[in-house]
Amino acid sequence: MSMLTVDNLAISFKVKGKDIPAVKHVSFEISRGETLALVGESGSGKSITALSILQLLPYPLASHPHGKILVDGKNVIGASEATMHTIRGNKISMIFQEPMTSLNPLHTIEKQINETLFIHKGMNKKQAAARVRELLDLVGMEATEDRLNAYPHQLSGGQRQRVMIAMALANEPDLLIADEPTTALDVTIQAQILELLRDLQARLNMAILLITHDLGIVRNMAKTVCVMTDGEIVEQAPTEQIFTTPQHPYTKMLLAAEPKGLPYTKDEAAPEIIRGDDLKVYFPIKKGLLKKTVDYVRAVDGISVSVKAGHTVGVVGESGSGKSTLGFALLRLIKSEGGIFYQGNPIHTKSWNELRDLRSDIQIVFQDPYSSLSPRLSVGQIVEEGLLVHQGRGDTAQRRALIARTLEEVGIDGTAQDRYPHEFSGGQRQRIAIARALILKPKFIVLDEPTSALDMSVQAQIVDLLRDLQSRYNLAYLFISHDLKVVRALADTVLVMKAGKVVEQGPAQQIFDAPQTQYTKALMKAAFDLATLK
Amino acid sequence: MKLSAINQRRLENFKSNRRGYWSMILFLGLFTISLFAEVVANDKPLLISYKGELYTPFLVSYPETAFGGDFETEADYRDPFVSELISEAGGWIIWPPIRYSYTTINYDLKSPAPSPPDSENWLGTDDQGRDVMARVIYGYRISVAFGLILTILSSAIGVAAGAVQGYFGGTVDLIFQRVLEIWGGMPSLYILIILAAMIEPTFLILLGLLLLFSWPSLVGVVRAEFLRSRNFDYVRAARALGVRDSVIIFKHLLPNSMVSALTFLPFVLTGSIVSLTSLDFLGLGLPPGSPSLGELLAQGKANLQAPWLGITAFLVLSIMLSLAFFMQEGIRDAFDPRKTFN
Repeated sequence: MSMLTVDNLAISFKVKGKDIPAVKHVSFEISRGETLALVGESGSGKSITALSILQLLPYPLASHPHGKILVDGKNVIGASEATMHTIRGNKISMIFQEPMTSLNPLHTIEKQINETLFIHKGMNKKQAAARVRELLDLVGMEATEDRLNAYPHQLSGGQRQRVMIAMALANEPDLLIADEPTTALDVTIQAQILELLRDLQARLNMAILLITHDLGIVRNMAKTVCVMTDGEIVEQAPTEQIFTTPQHPYTKMLLAAEPKGLPYTKDEAAPEIIRGDDLKVYFPIKKGLLKKTVDYVRAVDGISVSVKAGHTVGVVGESGSGKSTLGFALLRLIKSEGGIFYQGNPIHTKSWNELRDLRSDIQIVFQDPYSSLSPRLSVGQIVEEGLLVHQGRGDTAQRRALIARTLEEVGIDGTAQDRYPHEFSGGQRQRIAIARALILKPKFIVLDEPTSALDMSVQAQIVDLLRDLQSRYNLAYLFISHDLKVVRALADTVLVMKAGKVVEQGPAQQIFDAPQTQYTKALMKAAFDLATLK
Repeated sequence: MKLSAINQRRLENFKSNRRGYWSMILFLGLFTISLFAEVVANDKPLLISYKGELYTPFLVSYPETAFGGDFETEADYRDPFVSELISEAGGWIIWPPIRYSYTTINYDLKSPAPSPPDSENWLGTDDQGRDVMARVIYGYRISVAFGLILTILSSAIGVAAGAVQGYFGGTVDLIFQRVLEIWGGMPSLYILIILAAMIEPTFLILLGLLLLFSWPSLVGVVRAEFLRSRNFDYVRAARALGVRDSVIIFKHLLPNSMVSALTFLPFVLTGSIVSLTSLDFLGLGLPPGSPSLGELLAQGKANLQAPWLGITAFLVLSIMLSLAFFMQEGIRDAFDPRKTFN
């Protein structure tokens, strides 16, 4: 018998007195020792489906018009809180996407894990202490005294996720719900965590419900795949079958959505647009009563980079490696040491005001299109901001026409300029952010993780758009990303960064096909095979 | 003017908060009435018809001789002699609903001042025989006007100071914060007492003095909001476009920090009104003879045998402050994106 059966489940939310269906007709089942993946883009209803299994939705705002959720044959819909307590964290555990916010910042690691042991197992302090050590050992963390007394902020992202998993495993659950367990982690850590999950599943014979938008992970982990869109499962099949012979058009679209293609061949003799010589960005660490600077965080530590017209330099590295800081330093958005030359002219010596005219030539697009557009300005006002600075008000009709043209160039309806950002989806917002940078006809754009916050299929579209704009306007890009697949699709030259230093640098082809250093090799293996380097 | 979607939602939210909505209508309605206090409570008639000509005594000062009297000075219309002169000439007089101004002394009291409420003096008279109702209407006007002006000025200064500190941060912030701490440590009441002893306070001087000590109340919130949002990507994007600091502050940061500033406004407004009242109560406020709720409160304390003085002052103050608070609470909630109304 299957461990969990979801049968024809529907979920509705009450909005202004009306029931809005969020999930309709969802059915699947999982047996022990098996992994089922729920795949879909944001807003497809996969997370709330998972939450409803634990009855963690905001009832009575949420309701189930029909359907059953059977855990070991018993329906949990409408079950009493007391019954749910015996299931939550005991029979079924859950790990979340963002390990920082799912851990209590004021509790030590030991205390966090203890909590479930006290509640569900009724252990005393001594038994719990032994069990905590055992669990940390299980998830591959050394249970030293230091570790046990550490607070979440003292751990790295990967370690935090391991603690989350240890907490989830504390009561040997039959089912582990993993809601995007690796999305917030770096690729190498992601590979480690996935390996850990696979290993634990084999040892403990538990079922895993894996929720993700990343098809690479699915292929690596799951036995069965359910593809969700718009609150419905459109296709359900064994993993191999989904990847080899997808049936539903949406599945096909999803599979085709991987950023593909290679950068087109460039003119090698193109002039240099911007160059950074031995760039250094240090943040002081201050200690003591008088706040004396005792040391520096070397965010960017002596990096030289040069971008030619029409070329893309990809900057890859894990979070905290100083990629974004390098981009900001090149645009002189933060203080740095070392020379910066724009078309051969030094700009590192110029004051903020002297730089103003140059700003129309060098632009930036940010990672999160939700925070990079002011919520109180209309799309037109956002895009025209640069125009007002560099060309003055001018003729309103002409300005509006130019805005409309630029918006259409990035694939947004030009008549939409009086609407507000919240009316647009993430991908559309990123297009608007690109339009804002583009309207000034820049020669150089820093793209700071422009695809990371977007859904897979939208990522591919943005990559295509960027490549198209580059060939049309001969733009130079500094493309910062932790996603190697996207970098491969765009970059001519790649710079691998670690802790503020360049680990490896060279033509993209060479870096991807024949990485030289151990670090780059590990990065490639983690990104493309989802495995760690043995 | 068409409101943007977000402002329309705010307006709807505000209207659906019935307590706040009605409080605003009442508060502003009463304030509007009190703005026309000269028409509501005055010892000069609104309109006089005398020998076929119309006179508006509440606007223009006429000598008694204009109505056939003896003196060259302004006519005292409450004097039965004057009204007889007019009615004998076949004229008529239209009086305001309350025939007393805040300075008018009623000499025909049936009992010694302060006299209890009766049909002539609806809320009685104070210890100088002046009509309490008239003084309350004029006092309400001064209190609310004072409160509103002080709130607007101190918010403007406070928001500007907070914006500069939060946006530039670093040394500017450090120095400003220390200055604020020293400023906040000054014994404001003592300074006011000393200053009031040296100069005769008027409405404007009091406004200036209280402004000196009330503006820092908003600095903290606005500064925090600016510190938070100056690192947002859209501000970075604007900087990358070469937008000037002043434009970034006004266009991007100020609108976003207004919500948190609004949260504090109810306290600033009620605080302003109360500070004027308390100065008046202590006798350090508006010049003697001015209609003021604080002075009425002081009279109530001095004349416990005449409870209508204290009760009136208490009721007027508490109703006024409650209405002001409910109104702004409604406005604040309407701006709060997390608040849902059903």
